[in-house]
Amino acid sequence: MPDTTLRSATISVLVENEPGILARVVGLFSGRGYNIDSLTVAPVESQGSRSRINIVTSGTEMVIEQIKAQLDRLVPVHRVADLSREGPHIAREMALIKVVGIGEKRVEALRIADAFRARVMDATQESFVFELTGATEKLDAFLELMRHLGMAEVSRTGVVAIARGTRTI
Amino acid sequence: MPADATQSGAEVLLRALKDQGVEVIFGYPGGAVLPIYDALFQQNAIRHILVRHEQGAVHAAEGYARSTGKVGVVLVTSGPGATNAVTGLTDALMDSIPVVCLTGQVPTHLIGNDAFQEADTTGITRPATKHNYLVKRPEDLARSVHEAFYVARSGRPGPVVIDLPKDIVIGKAPYVPPASGHPSYRPQTEPDHGQIAKAVALLKQAKRPMVYTGGGVINAGPAASAALTEFVRMTGFPVTNTLMGLGAYPASDPQFLGMLGMHGTYEANLAMHGCDVLLNIGARFDDRVTGRLNAFSQGSHKIHVDIDPSSINKNVPVDVAIVGDAGRTLAALVSAWKADANTPDTQALTAWWRQIDAWRERDSLKFVQDMTPGAIIKPQYAIQRLYELTRSVSQEIFITTEVGQHQMWAAQHFRFEQPNRWMTSGGLGTMGYGLPAAMGVQIAHPEALVIDIAGEASVLMNIQEMGTLAQYRLPVKVFILNNQYMGMVRQWQELLHGGRYSESYSAALPDFVKLAESFHAVGLRAEKVEQVDDVIREMLACDRAVIADIAVDPKENCFPMIPSGAAHNEMILGEDHGESAAGITDEGLVLV
Repeated sequence: MPDTTLRSATISVLVENEPGILARVVGLFSGRGYNIDSLTVAPVESQGSRSRINIVTSGTEMVIEQIKAQLDRLVPVHRVADLSREGPHIAREMALIKVVGIGEKRVEALRIADAFRARVMDATQESFVFELTGATEKLDAFLELMRHLGMAEVSRTGVVAIARGTRTI
Repeated sequence: MPADATQSGAEVLLRALKDQGVEVIFGYPGGAVLPIYDALFQQNAIRHILVRHEQGAVHAAEGYARSTGKVGVVLVTSGPGATNAVTGLTDALMDSIPVVCLTGQVPTHLIGNDAFQEADTTGITRPATKHNYLVKRPEDLARSVHEAFYVARSGRPGPVVIDLPKDIVIGKAPYVPPASGHPSYRPQTEPDHGQIAKAVALLKQAKRPMVYTGGGVINAGPAASAALTEFVRMTGFPVTNTLMGLGAYPASDPQFLGMLGMHGTYEANLAMHGCDVLLNIGARFDDRVTGRLNAFSQGSHKIHVDIDPSSINKNVPVDVAIVGDAGRTLAALVSAWKADANTPDTQALTAWWRQIDAWRERDSLKFVQDMTPGAIIKPQYAIQRLYELTRSVSQEIFITTEVGQHQMWAAQHFRFEQPNRWMTSGGLGTMGYGLPAAMGVQIAHPEALVIDIAGEASVLMNIQEMGTLAQYRLPVKVFILNNQYMGMVRQWQELLHGGRYSESYSAALPDFVKLAESFHAVGLRAEKVEQVDDVIREMLACDRAVIADIAVDPKENCFPMIPSGAAHNEMILGEDHGESAAGITDEGLVLV
């Protein structure tokens, strides 16, 4: 019987920074029916010739192996690393959260933000913009609390990830 | 503009093509590629074949590539030129055929402005190609062309598009010669020897082995087919080929079980179902081959050799995965088999062959042809006679097909002893493939006998290429099995949709004899069984292009058949074996 258990995977892809590369990667996911839970991309070399794409996806073991093989098949792809399988790794994202409100809710929002070590990036008499960095679960927990305290808008980066220790992609 | 550039982009392009060994381009001019056509006009090294539709250009390049092992080259204009090529590109992608397609583009400063004949060619062709390029700087031109050829022919071959804005081909550009390798694309061709050892250990213990090979063996060159033949004869194992792999192993050899899959032979499919070790070389466990996945060859240990790691464990989980070139892997398997001290279980193998021979006795490709004068022609009979009457021909023989029943009958009844002699649209199933593909084959092999085994519906999809045959005096033979239906659609409607023949009747067909004549070719027609041989003989004796219109039984179905959603051991042998096609499940109905 094929294994039908779903798992989440954090995949980092080192690519040649050429036009259309992101469309290639995204098109691969939509064309083959894979999920993208989060995606980040930015150049990672000083001369800007290579970019790193971090993708959080989910699927059965067989599907995730397929995703990695399909990514690796793209001509401008240098390396595909399944960080969630290749040893311990750090995966973090950042969010900017706008909370609008006055009175007790506003005080509570600030108190919780402090507990989560979120930073106040902007404040008016009726609003805050918090910056929070951390694991996806931590951000999710914070957003859940803020939802009841006047959360008006959220902007999230998606996950960036890297292996622990000396191992490189 | 780079200081060292003295040639125009168009001249640099042609120089790069020449350095890549290009002799022929299949193309169609237009506004955006006029500078390239001007440069073509002023040289003699590269021959241009003017097709009648851009789809035909790509199929012709595919036929050229598949019959020579070289990269096929296409040149089309921007906008509709490029979009017309998309079907051909997708066909080449699905069947792993090396093609480089040069597309014109509006000048760089107009890109994105909805200019006349502008299309987002790289965007449209991204999922239809192995890779594509938009050349926006003159200094990238020559490098992109060399890279495109490398990408197209190496690893798992495929189509590559180079989009060329008009200002780039008009302006000056520097030339760079081909460089070796690629910074990020490095396909693994050499198999891992540990995995080879594991494979040989499994194969040596096999009691009911089966070898299943596909287009990868053909793509790896004639040496791979020779290595396959050596391996199969050395081991005494039975072997089957996919539609794309026919010719990799000589069809006349007793160890060959015929094609497998939806319309494969009874013995090939039951041997797949019943084997205990399955060696797949250069095939991809396609749905036409496996039937219902959860019933596919359940009792076997599986070894999969493929140059594309993404083909492995995609549909069917395997026990031993070997990434590498089919030829090199087969050579490694041959030497590892010889070096391994274990002896195979010959007694079990003999019993296995006894079982296979019993399956063979069912004669699953059997058909009944009434030989009474005036009797209606069975399509299988027409192909069988075509095969038999071409045995005495001294030329090399190449067969192309369109898509449908005639394609499957051709695969079943025309037998191939060598690779690169059989071109058919397998993965994409493109009606209209066969005529332009035959054209490309004939260009590559001017002296050969090239026959497009066609259906009357398919051939009309690219019939305009008869004009190309006339212009270049290409003596291609178009052998139409005319059943006045989109036969495979009609068959499925009979078997799965209660005989409601919705839109599958080929109404208002042309008179193919007159059609041939209007294109300066010879038209022949057979309507009765006794006319078949005469028409084939006349066709073969003719040194011009011929359309032979063979009126065949419109009700004939293609058997054996594994209905969609069924397992290999649930195949239907058909009326000639006293079976009907009842029992197709609702689950099967949603599959194609």
